[in-house]
Amino acid sequence: MQKITKEVYLNWYEDMLFWRKFEDKLAAVYIQQKVRGFLHLYNGQEAVLAGALHAMDLSKDKMITAYRNHVQPIGMGVDPKRVMAELYGKATGTSQGLGGSMHIFSKEHGFYGGHGIVGGQIPLGAGMAFGDKYHETGAVTLCYMGDGAVRQGSLHETFNMAMNWKLPVVFVCENNGYAMGTSVERTANHTDIWKLGLGYEMPCGPVDGMNPVKVAEAMHEAIERARRGDGPTFLEMKTYRYRGHSMSDAQHYRTKDEVEEYKKIDPINQVKDIILEKKYATEADIKKIDKRVKDLVSECEKFAEESPWPEKSLMYDAVYEQEDYPFLQHKL
Amino acid sequence: MKTIQFREAVCEAMSEEMRADDSIYLMGEEVAEYNGAYKASKGMLDEFGPKRVIDTPIAELGFAGIGVGSTMTGCRPIVEFMTFNFALVGIDQIINNAAKIRQMSGGQFKCPIVFRGPTASAGQLAATHSQAFESWFANTPGLKVIVPSNPYDAKGLLKSAIRDDDPVIFMESEQMYGDKGEVPEGEYVIPIGVADIKREGTDVTIVSFGKIIKEAYKAAEELEKEGISCEIIDLRTVRPMDHDAILNSVKKTNRLVILEEAWPFGNVATEITYQVQSKAFDYLDAPIVKINTADTPAPYSPVLLEEWLPNSNDVIKAVKKVMYK
Repeated sequence: MQKITKEVYLNWYEDMLFWRKFEDKLAAVYIQQKVRGFLHLYNGQEAVLAGALHAMDLSKDKMITAYRNHVQPIGMGVDPKRVMAELYGKATGTSQGLGGSMHIFSKEHGFYGGHGIVGGQIPLGAGMAFGDKYHETGAVTLCYMGDGAVRQGSLHETFNMAMNWKLPVVFVCENNGYAMGTSVERTANHTDIWKLGLGYEMPCGPVDGMNPVKVAEAMHEAIERARRGDGPTFLEMKTYRYRGHSMSDAQHYRTKDEVEEYKKIDPINQVKDIILEKKYATEADIKKIDKRVKDLVSECEKFAEESPWPEKSLMYDAVYEQEDYPFLQHKL
Repeated sequence: MKTIQFREAVCEAMSEEMRADDSIYLMGEEVAEYNGAYKASKGMLDEFGPKRVIDTPIAELGFAGIGVGSTMTGCRPIVEFMTFNFALVGIDQIINNAAKIRQMSGGQFKCPIVFRGPTASAGQLAATHSQAFESWFANTPGLKVIVPSNPYDAKGLLKSAIRDDDPVIFMESEQMYGDKGEVPEGEYVIPIGVADIKREGTDVTIVSFGKIIKEAYKAAEELEKEGISCEIIDLRTVRPMDHDAILNSVKKTNRLVILEEAWPFGNVATEITYQVQSKAFDYLDAPIVKINTADTPAPYSPVLLEEWLPNSNDVIKAVKKVMYK
């Protein structure tokens, strides 16, 4: 694994802070009804992404996840302005406004969605790895899911085939404690999600998902295992989301004290503390980063606000590769 | 021309396309070492090897999704369901992923995949193994749905389906795999979305597709003896549907009977009925009649199954009704 240097820590701090402020901005504009539909925010889980990106080969490795998916593509290189515009439903968005919050995609940057059905993306991730193995590209797919998704049958069918065929995929469960409002304890007779890998003899284990260093180390080992042809790994990232499942969540299922406990091990603060402790930067430097982050978030908002709406013909253009598909008429 | 079985037509189409394009593979239950549950992939493992002809565990959801996912990294899979009855446990991957990945990504990803296997009833297989879901799939934007009725159409359309850059549902029948028919010695394809007039006639139009169309052939033979001339249109592709072929025929005969092996509520025949009444209302000399399976799950007992499934006598009765005879 590449060394975790001063620059890595500084990048982690700036990136994770940007992701969080980006999500905070979305929450704010959602309340103003500029962004609609469902909105699932990543706040608290940033280390899982930061650590993974450090271990990936971004020139070819790929990522797929469910609908909590705004910041992963940004981490992989997508212009955040285009992600913001997608949430506004604008023509400049990553899917030209067709996808919205739950469906961010960037083929160019290896981010393969952005999927709305819990667990539905798990076989897709294995299939992406199947294609890479088939074409011998040496690429690895990181297939993310929440703790709710591991109770779906799709996980088990996919784990079985991915192990049987030694597909180059890393399955990552982001266990943030709750499937919407149902705690992990209430969804199964066991709580160590990583142990689901044992039934398939898949290498597996728990990871401190609030610490990007721990995440990077575990990811590195899993990615290299996949890349050398030894098949999948299943990692359970123990993490936490500060905000509700979506914007309409009153969060009656947990206490404010519980949320505050996790904020004590906040991934951004952990990284900031190391930066200051090791004197990688001064408080003044940190303030400069904070300012840059704030400005970039504002730029994203401005870009999305000012972008044009999509043309109505886009609705038909995007469905089929066939250019002259004869759609049925739906009204006079 | 040469005479081959329907299963051989399917096998030839897949094999010819796989020889031409290395990114195509075949995946499903028993497709490789067993040579296909209905021998539609006989010899393909020997020719293409285990990398491209792949036996799966019984996990339709999983392998349907792996197939879809592999299109995102450059593959062109053919996924076989032992029957489309079993596709129901994997239908999320077809409806929510295959049919939508292009639209949701704003056109960044295409999904060139063929899901194929038998549809509808095949003898006394009872309630869960006798279902026809053409109208379910055809209801979904993003998919194309093909249901051939003979070896010639099957081969030409399957080749087009495999070459198509959109996801295609290709539906066969256990009861057709042994059917023989003529196909050209050389290469040919049949375009998707084009119906075929299987029998020309002047008095009544009968629209059908898939194996049940044979009941229309039998009925037309009988009716000819009574001086009634039936035109039989084989849709071949259900989505997109060749409305012009139907309308042109109805404008000539002024009478329409639709024969479809499916439950009667909101099926393909219903859609045709709507299209014809809205575009050829003034040409109709009688109300349209549609013939379907009974509005119940398929029964097992032979006496009940005979009543449940449409047959040539039902077609004769329907034709006479629209002829006011």
